[in-house]
Amino acid sequence: MIPILNHLPIASVFDEVPLGWFLTLSLLMFTLGAVGVVVRRNPVVVFMCIELMLNAVNLTFLSFAAYPTQMVALSNPGEAAITGQMVVIFVMAIAAAEVAVGLGIIMAIFRLRNEADVDDMNTMRG
Amino acid sequence: MTLNQIAFIVLSCLALFGAVGVVFFNTPVRSAMALVVNFFTLGLVYFMLGSELIGITQIMVYAGAIMVLFLFVIMILKSTNDTDKPQLGERRFLFSLLGAGIVFGMIYRYVIMPTMGRTDIQFTRTYGTPQEIGKTLFTQYAWPFEIVSMLLLVGIVGSIMLAKRKF
Repeated sequence: MIPILNHLPIASVFDEVPLGWFLTLSLLMFTLGAVGVVVRRNPVVVFMCIELMLNAVNLTFLSFAAYPTQMVALSNPGEAAITGQMVVIFVMAIAAAEVAVGLGIIMAIFRLRNEADVDDMNTMRG
Repeated sequence: MTLNQIAFIVLSCLALFGAVGVVFFNTPVRSAMALVVNFFTLGLVYFMLGSELIGITQIMVYAGAIMVLFLFVIMILKSTNDTDKPQLGERRFLFSLLGAGIVFGMIYRYVIMPTMGRTDIQFTRTYGTPQEIGKTLFTQYAWPFEIVSMLLLVGIVGSIMLAKRKF
Protein backbone atom coordinates (compact mmCIF):
# COMPACT_ATOMS: atom_id res chain seq x y z
CA MET A 1 0.00 0.00 0.00
CA ILE A 2 1.43 3.32 -1.04
CA PRO A 3 1.43 5.72 1.88
CA ILE A 4 0.88 8.83 -0.17
CA LEU A 5 -2.55 7.61 -1.19
CA ASN A 6 -3.73 7.51 2.40
CA HIS A 7 -4.80 11.11 2.61
CA LEU A 8 -6.19 11.55 -0.86
CA PRO A 9 -9.96 11.69 -0.76
CA ILE A 10 -11.48 9.28 -3.22
CA ALA A 11 -14.82 9.84 -4.87
CA SER A 12 -17.37 7.88 -2.94
CA VAL A 13 -20.28 6.00 -4.39
CA PHE A 14 -22.30 7.02 -1.36
CA ASP A 15 -22.15 10.73 -1.85
CA GLU A 16 -25.85 11.33 -2.29
CA VAL A 17 -27.08 10.58 1.22
CA PRO A 18 -27.12 13.79 3.27
CA LEU A 19 -25.43 13.94 6.65
CA GLY A 20 -28.73 15.01 8.19
CA TRP A 21 -30.36 11.66 7.44
CA PHE A 22 -27.83 9.74 9.48
CA LEU A 23 -28.14 12.25 12.29
CA THR A 24 -31.94 12.04 12.19
CA LEU A 25 -31.81 8.26 12.55
CA SER A 26 -29.42 8.66 15.45
CA LEU A 27 -31.61 11.28 17.15
CA LEU A 28 -34.73 9.15 16.77
CA MET A 29 -32.96 6.16 18.30
CA PHE A 30 -31.69 8.28 21.17
CA THR A 31 -35.09 9.75 22.04
CA LEU A 32 -36.75 6.35 21.79
CA GLY A 33 -34.16 4.97 24.19
CA ALA A 34 -34.74 7.85 26.59
CA VAL A 35 -38.50 7.29 26.53
CA GLY A 36 -37.91 3.60 27.15
CA VAL A 37 -35.70 4.24 30.16
CA VAL A 38 -38.48 6.32 31.72
CA VAL A 39 -41.41 4.13 30.74
CA ARG A 40 -40.25 0.55 31.28
CA ARG A 41 -40.05 -1.07 34.71
CA ASN A 42 -38.12 -4.24 34.02
CA PRO A 43 -34.44 -3.45 34.72
CA VAL A 44 -33.21 -5.69 31.90
CA VAL A 45 -35.31 -3.77 29.39
CA VAL A 46 -34.11 -0.49 30.87
CA PHE A 47 -30.59 -1.70 30.20
CA MET A 48 -31.49 -2.49 26.61
CA CYS A 49 -32.78 1.07 26.20
CA ILE A 50 -29.48 2.41 27.55
CA GLU A 51 -27.67 0.29 24.96
CA LEU A 52 -29.91 1.83 22.31
CA MET A 53 -28.87 5.31 23.40
CA LEU A 54 -25.18 4.36 23.35
CA ASN A 55 -25.52 3.05 19.82
CA ALA A 56 -27.23 6.23 18.72
CA VAL A 57 -24.23 8.18 19.99
CA ASN A 58 -21.88 5.82 18.13
CA LEU A 59 -23.79 6.47 14.93
CA THR A 60 -23.40 10.21 15.45
CA PHE A 61 -19.65 9.89 15.92
CA LEU A 62 -19.28 7.83 12.76
CA SER A 63 -21.46 10.20 10.73
CA PHE A 64 -19.44 13.23 11.70
CA ALA A 65 -16.25 11.28 11.04
CA ALA A 66 -17.31 10.45 7.51
CA TYR A 67 -18.30 14.04 6.76
CA PRO A 68 -15.31 16.00 8.04
CA THR A 69 -15.89 19.63 8.93
CA GLN A 70 -14.10 22.34 7.05
CA MET A 71 -12.01 23.48 9.98
CA VAL A 72 -10.60 20.09 10.87
CA ALA A 73 -10.17 19.12 7.27
CA LEU A 74 -7.98 22.15 6.73
CA SER A 75 -5.62 21.33 9.59
CA ASN A 76 -5.22 17.60 9.14
CA PRO A 77 -7.45 15.61 6.81
CA GLY A 78 -6.96 12.18 8.28
CA GLU A 79 -7.14 13.22 11.91
CA ALA A 80 -10.88 13.84 12.29
CA ALA A 81 -11.88 10.66 10.51
CA ILE A 82 -9.71 8.38 12.58
CA THR A 83 -10.59 10.10 15.87
CA GLY A 84 -14.30 9.45 15.40
CA GLN A 85 -13.71 5.76 14.82
CA MET A 86 -11.37 5.50 17.82
CA VAL A 87 -14.01 7.03 20.09
CA VAL A 88 -16.55 4.50 18.83
CA ILE A 89 -14.20 1.61 19.58
CA PHE A 90 -13.65 2.83 23.14
CA VAL A 91 -17.38 3.39 23.66
CA MET A 92 -18.00 -0.19 22.56
CA ALA A 93 -15.44 -1.56 25.02
CA ILE A 94 -16.81 0.49 27.89
CA ALA A 95 -20.38 -0.48 27.00
CA ALA A 96 -19.40 -4.14 27.17
CA ALA A 97 -17.94 -3.66 30.66
CA GLU A 98 -21.01 -1.68 31.69
CA VAL A 99 -23.37 -4.41 30.53
CA ALA A 100 -21.43 -7.07 32.41
CA VAL A 101 -21.41 -5.12 35.67
CA GLY A 102 -25.02 -3.98 35.30
CA LEU A 103 -26.34 -7.45 34.63
CA GLY A 104 -24.34 -8.67 37.63
CA ILE A 105 -26.05 -6.06 39.78
CA ILE A 106 -29.45 -7.08 38.41
CA MET A 107 -28.69 -10.73 39.23
CA ALA A 108 -27.73 -9.74 42.78
CA ILE A 109 -30.91 -7.73 43.22
CA PHE A 110 -33.02 -10.59 41.95
CA ARG A 111 -31.31 -12.96 44.34
CA LEU A 112 -31.92 -10.57 47.21
CA ARG A 113 -35.54 -9.65 46.55
CA ASN A 114 -36.80 -12.32 44.15
CA GLU A 115 -38.35 -9.67 41.98
CA ALA A 116 -37.01 -6.58 40.30
CA ASP A 117 -39.02 -3.52 39.50
CA VAL A 118 -37.07 -0.31 39.12
CA ASP A 119 -39.85 1.60 40.86
CA ASP A 120 -39.50 -0.53 44.01
CA MET A 121 -35.73 -0.18 44.33
CA ASN A 122 -35.61 2.61 46.86
CA THR A 123 -33.64 1.01 49.66
CA MET A 124 -30.81 3.52 49.38
CA ARG A 125 -33.05 6.56 49.34
CA GLY A 126 -31.74 8.97 51.95
CA MET B 1 -34.02 9.33 -5.22
CA THR B 2 -30.91 7.36 -5.86
CA LEU B 3 -30.20 3.76 -5.03
CA ASN B 4 -28.11 4.73 -2.01
CA GLN B 5 -30.89 6.79 -0.54
CA ILE B 6 -33.34 3.94 -0.99
CA ALA B 7 -30.90 1.57 0.71
CA PHE B 8 -30.46 3.98 3.59
CA ILE B 9 -34.22 4.42 4.00
CA VAL B 10 -34.81 0.68 4.09
CA LEU B 11 -32.04 0.15 6.63
CA SER B 12 -33.18 3.00 8.84
CA CYS B 13 -36.79 1.81 8.77
CA LEU B 14 -35.61 -1.60 9.96
CA ALA B 15 -33.47 0.00 12.68
CA LEU B 16 -36.33 2.19 13.84
CA PHE B 17 -38.66 -0.81 13.90
CA GLY B 18 -36.16 -2.49 16.20
CA ALA B 19 -35.89 0.58 18.41
CA VAL B 20 -39.66 0.93 18.72
CA GLY B 21 -39.91 -2.76 19.45
CA VAL B 22 -37.41 -2.55 22.30
CA VAL B 23 -39.50 0.10 23.99
CA PHE B 24 -43.01 -1.17 23.31
CA PHE B 25 -42.89 -4.97 23.19
CA ASN B 26 -44.39 -6.69 26.19
CA THR B 27 -41.93 -9.42 27.09
CA PRO B 28 -38.17 -8.96 27.62
CA VAL B 29 -37.35 -11.68 25.09
CA ARG B 30 -39.19 -9.84 22.33
CA SER B 31 -37.41 -6.65 23.28
CA ALA B 32 -34.09 -8.47 23.04
CA MET B 33 -34.95 -9.81 19.58
CA ALA B 34 -35.92 -6.32 18.42
CA LEU B 35 -32.63 -5.06 19.78
CA VAL B 36 -30.78 -7.69 17.72
CA VAL B 37 -32.56 -6.39 14.60
CA ASN B 38 -31.60 -2.85 15.50
CA PHE B 39 -27.92 -3.66 16.15
CA PHE B 40 -27.58 -5.71 12.97
CA THR B 41 -29.04 -3.04 10.71
CA LEU B 42 -26.99 -0.43 12.51
CA GLY B 43 -23.90 -2.43 11.58
CA LEU B 44 -25.00 -2.23 7.95
CA VAL B 45 -25.45 1.54 8.30
CA TYR B 46 -21.87 1.68 9.57
CA PHE B 47 -20.85 -0.07 6.36
CA MET B 48 -22.65 2.67 4.43
CA LEU B 49 -20.59 5.20 6.34
CA GLY B 50 -17.41 3.49 5.20
CA SER B 51 -16.19 2.11 8.53
CA GLU B 52 -15.95 -1.57 7.78
CA LEU B 53 -14.12 -2.73 10.87
CA ILE B 54 -16.55 -1.03 13.22
CA GLY B 55 -19.50 -2.48 11.34
CA ILE B 56 -18.13 -5.99 11.71
CA THR B 57 -17.31 -5.32 15.36
CA GLN B 58 -20.82 -4.02 15.91
CA ILE B 59 -22.37 -7.19 14.53
CA MET B 60 -20.01 -9.47 16.43
CA VAL B 61 -19.87 -7.69 19.77
CA TYR B 62 -23.34 -6.18 20.08
CA ALA B 63 -25.58 -8.45 18.03
CA GLY B 64 -23.56 -11.47 19.12
CA ALA B 65 -21.93 -11.27 22.51
CA ILE B 66 -23.89 -8.63 24.39
CA MET B 67 -27.26 -9.93 23.26
CA VAL B 68 -26.29 -13.45 24.31
CA LEU B 69 -25.49 -12.00 27.73
CA PHE B 70 -28.88 -10.31 27.88
CA LEU B 71 -30.68 -13.48 26.80
CA PHE B 72 -28.83 -15.55 29.39
CA VAL B 73 -29.86 -13.17 32.14
CA ILE B 74 -33.48 -13.17 30.92
CA MET B 75 -33.37 -16.96 30.82
CA ILE B 76 -31.83 -17.39 34.27
CA LEU B 77 -34.08 -14.93 36.01
CA LYS B 78 -37.58 -16.19 35.98
CA SER B 79 -38.99 -13.03 34.54
CA THR B 80 -41.98 -12.52 36.75
CA ASN B 81 -43.21 -9.39 35.06
CA ASP B 82 -43.96 -10.73 31.63
CA THR B 83 -46.76 -8.26 31.38
CA ASP B 84 -44.52 -5.26 31.81
CA LYS B 85 -46.45 -3.35 29.24
CA PRO B 86 -45.77 0.39 29.11
CA GLN B 87 -48.93 2.06 30.32
CA LEU B 88 -49.70 4.36 27.47
CA GLY B 89 -52.10 6.63 29.30
CA GLU B 90 -49.82 7.05 32.27
CA ARG B 91 -48.59 10.47 33.31
CA ARG B 92 -44.99 9.31 33.22
CA PHE B 93 -45.35 8.21 29.63
CA LEU B 94 -46.89 11.49 28.56
CA PHE B 95 -44.22 13.57 30.27
CA SER B 96 -41.37 11.50 28.86
CA LEU B 97 -42.89 11.80 25.41
CA LEU B 98 -43.18 15.55 25.88
CA GLY B 99 -39.56 15.85 27.00
CA ALA B 100 -38.32 13.67 24.17
CA GLY B 101 -40.34 15.73 21.71
CA ILE B 102 -38.81 18.98 22.98
CA VAL B 103 -35.28 17.55 22.79
CA PHE B 104 -35.97 16.14 19.35
CA GLY B 105 -37.35 19.40 18.04
CA MET B 106 -34.52 21.54 19.35
CA ILE B 107 -31.72 19.27 18.18
CA TYR B 108 -33.42 18.72 14.84
CA ARG B 109 -33.89 22.43 14.24
CA TYR B 110 -30.52 23.70 15.36
CA VAL B 111 -28.12 20.82 14.69
CA ILE B 112 -29.55 18.60 11.99
CA MET B 113 -31.32 20.99 9.65
CA PRO B 114 -28.09 22.89 8.79
CA THR B 115 -26.48 19.57 7.84
CA MET B 116 -29.25 18.43 5.51
CA GLY B 117 -27.48 19.87 2.50
CA ARG B 118 -24.16 18.15 3.14
CA THR B 119 -23.75 15.25 0.80
CA ASP B 120 -19.98 15.49 0.47
CA ILE B 121 -19.13 12.30 2.28
CA GLN B 122 -15.47 11.64 1.72
CA PHE B 123 -12.96 9.28 3.14
CA THR B 124 -9.47 8.28 2.29
CA ARG B 125 -8.57 5.04 0.63
CA THR B 126 -7.77 3.36 3.92
CA TYR B 127 -10.67 4.81 5.90
CA GLY B 128 -12.05 2.22 8.27
CA THR B 129 -9.79 -0.63 7.26
CA PRO B 130 -8.35 -2.87 9.99
CA GLN B 131 -4.82 -1.78 9.08
CA GLU B 132 -5.51 1.90 9.63
CA ILE B 133 -7.54 1.36 12.82
CA GLY B 134 -4.95 -0.98 14.28
CA LYS B 135 -2.05 1.29 13.47
CA THR B 136 -3.69 4.25 15.15
CA LEU B 137 -4.94 2.18 18.08
CA PHE B 138 -1.50 0.88 18.94
CA THR B 139 0.45 4.07 18.39
CA GLN B 140 -1.54 7.21 19.08
CA TYR B 141 -4.15 5.63 21.34
CA ALA B 142 -1.98 3.07 23.11
CA TRP B 143 -2.45 4.61 26.56
CA PRO B 144 -6.28 4.73 26.42
CA PHE B 145 -6.18 1.20 25.04
CA GLU B 146 -4.29 -0.03 28.10
CA ILE B 147 -6.65 1.80 30.43
CA VAL B 148 -9.65 0.23 28.71
CA SER B 149 -8.08 -3.20 29.09
CA MET B 150 -7.69 -2.57 32.82
CA LEU B 151 -11.31 -1.39 32.98
CA LEU B 152 -12.50 -4.57 31.27
CA LEU B 153 -10.51 -6.70 33.70
CA VAL B 154 -12.00 -4.87 36.67
CA GLY B 155 -15.45 -5.22 35.11
CA ILE B 156 -15.08 -8.97 34.66
CA VAL B 157 -13.89 -9.52 38.23
CA GLY B 158 -16.50 -7.18 39.66
CA SER B 159 -19.41 -8.72 37.81
CA ILE B 160 -18.38 -12.23 38.83
CA MET B 161 -18.13 -11.08 42.43
CA LEU B 162 -21.54 -9.43 42.25
CA ALA B 163 -23.26 -12.38 40.65
CA LYS B 164 -21.68 -15.10 42.78
CA ARG B 165 -22.00 -13.55 46.21
CA LYS B 166 -24.47 -15.12 48.59
CA PHE B 167 -26.47 -12.58 50.47
